[in-house]
Amino acid sequence: MTVTSTVSGDGKQLTIVIDGRFDFSAHQDFRSSYESLETKPERFIIDMTDTAYLDSSALGMLLLLRDYAGGDAAQITLKNASSDVKRILSISNFEQLFHIE
Amino acid sequence: MHSSKDERLITVLVADDNATDRAILQAILRQQGHRVLIAEDGQQAVDCFRAQRPDIVLLDVLMPKLDGVDAARQIKVLAGEELVPILFLTSLTDTDSLVKCLAAGGDDFLSKPYNAVILQAKIRSFFRMRTMQRTMLEQRDQIAQHNEHFMQEQIVAKQVFDNITSGGDMDAEHLRYYLSPLTVFNGDVMVASTTPAGNLMVMLGDFTGHGLPAAIGAMPLATTFYGMVDKGFSMTDILAEINGKLKSILPVGLFCCATIVEMNFRKNNLRIWNGGLPAAYVYRNNGTVEQVKSTHLPLGVLNNKKFNANATLINMEHGERLYLWSDGIHEARNHAGEMFGEARLLAAFDKNKNAATLFDELLQSVKTFVGSSQKSDDLSLIELLMAPPSSAYVTPGTEQALSQSQLAEWSLSFVVKPSSFAMFDPLPLLLSVLLEVPGLRNHSGTLYTIISELYSNALEHGVLGLDSSIKDDPEGFEYYYQLRRERAQAIREGYVEIKLAHKTHTEGGSLEIIVSDSGNGFVLGERIKHNDTDYCGRGLKLVAALCDTLEVRGAGNVVAATYRWHTDD
Repeated sequence: MTVTSTVSGDGKQLTIVIDGRFDFSAHQDFRSSYESLETKPERFIIDMTDTAYLDSSALGMLLLLRDYAGGDAAQITLKNASSDVKRILSISNFEQLFHIE
Repeated sequence: MHSSKDERLITVLVADDNATDRAILQAILRQQGHRVLIAEDGQQAVDCFRAQRPDIVLLDVLMPKLDGVDAARQIKVLAGEELVPILFLTSLTDTDSLVKCLAAGGDDFLSKPYNAVILQAKIRSFFRMRTMQRTMLEQRDQIAQHNEHFMQEQIVAKQVFDNITSGGDMDAEHLRYYLSPLTVFNGDVMVASTTPAGNLMVMLGDFTGHGLPAAIGAMPLATTFYGMVDKGFSMTDILAEINGKLKSILPVGLFCCATIVEMNFRKNNLRIWNGGLPAAYVYRNNGTVEQVKSTHLPLGVLNNKKFNANATLINMEHGERLYLWSDGIHEARNHAGEMFGEARLLAAFDKNKNAATLFDELLQSVKTFVGSSQKSDDLSLIELLMAPPSSAYVTPGTEQALSQSQLAEWSLSFVVKPSSFAMFDPLPLLLSVLLEVPGLRNHSGTLYTIISELYSNALEHGVLGLDSSIKDDPEGFEYYYQLRRERAQAIREGYVEIKLAHKTHTEGGSLEIIVSDSGNGFVLGERIKHNDTDYCGRGLKLVAALCDTLEVRGAGNVVAATYRWHTDD
């Protein structure tokens, strides 16, 4: 599992890439990837192209981010998730809380 | 001019019946550093040549016993392929006589009286020619030897290849194929095998390039195919495995266009995946042709994350046929350099009156088109017929034998003990076992989530006694996992047992997952209540949604889940 993040030039968008298994062992890296920024980005992209597996603690972490980013006003996109990962997201009704593409 | 060969001692045979002329020539030649052999007539010259094989022969035209012209003919025969320059010695100067000398097999002539400088120049020049010709012969023999060696290697390589590829079921009923004799070196490969479920799986591949590099790629393709079909892996798994293997071993630019087909004779359908080969044709009973075009990239191009193994499902009636080919047929050329092409192929289908003879008609029309002068040695053609499976196939004995070859019914119990709680994660290990089960591979993501949830629940709540409600706010979330770390390191007793039990049935299988722990248990109802935006508490709900059954046993410290899978998933 590795978490890498990049901020767009204008500082308004943060992209977090999660490689491998997304579970509780990622929570510190995941959290610091957005909390350590000086300015709070407006938009968040979680790139799940290389995310192999997901468990419920990862779902909890995504919700932590959502609240950090403004709760119902948060702009968070989960993109390129595999069909397995999408299924997990959908069972938990995450399409109502996040933008999934 | 000063190469060592040129300066080598040259042996010259002088044949002249005139003793004075002989003596003069001998003196000049010796002085110039050559070794000289002497003959007094034509017969002696021939005998001397046979015994001593001189480099160059000087022959007087008129000699007793055997004249120069006849001696020259015999010497040329004795010399065989070797170039032995013959120079005629003559006092004649008229054109006719000189021409006659050369016509008799002489290479040049020397006029009497002899000019030492010209003599030396001619000897040198002819000797150079002789050396050059000898080198050429040596090289020719070397090339011939290499070529023979290469052919032998090809024959051995082909035997090895045939042994590997014939591991399957090339004689399966309802399958007909034609492969050119040395196809392996054209880069075409065909494998066929029957799955444990009785389906026929056939793959035709065409590697880019020719010769050994192309044939080398065919080996892992064939071994992977046969190994996995026998064990009952799905077409999707097999394709992904072959793709990954080829991607990792083939250099960029070398890849394999392929079509793979699985014929299900019980359900009268087929699955087909075409990556880069010409469209396969489905020949319907009503005479129409449907094309299955390539919709994927060839094997060995994409890494497995991007690779798409989705196949097309086609229903077929009994008597309907599927045709596969590499581009050899489309690109077969006639005398004028025209290609056979798709139009002629379709015309052959159009002309056909009886589907049973179409296979031969197709081959015949390509061969007729190409004609005799052109080589047509890279044709690959496969015909698959949809027909009821012969009853002989499903004998009880066979079925038993087949199920033994795969991981069908088994169970395992895996217990994690205290000293492992902090560092060890059992998920990768258990998952790698599950991935060995044909059919479960496609479910790895879901299985990971199920087992991971159940294990985390058992460990965190059961063994470590953590309460999820700690996770109600962001700081709590952090604190929860900090607690988990601390307690996992400190704990000295307790266990989590994961029991997996698997069974297959005709159309799939089921996996039972039982996770028990040393904790006090809990009441299921309390666990499954939460809002969509709570940070925690969705674990078991997830598992319940992913599994077919989920129940809590005992005091609530045993959770049993059943996951069913189907071959067609």
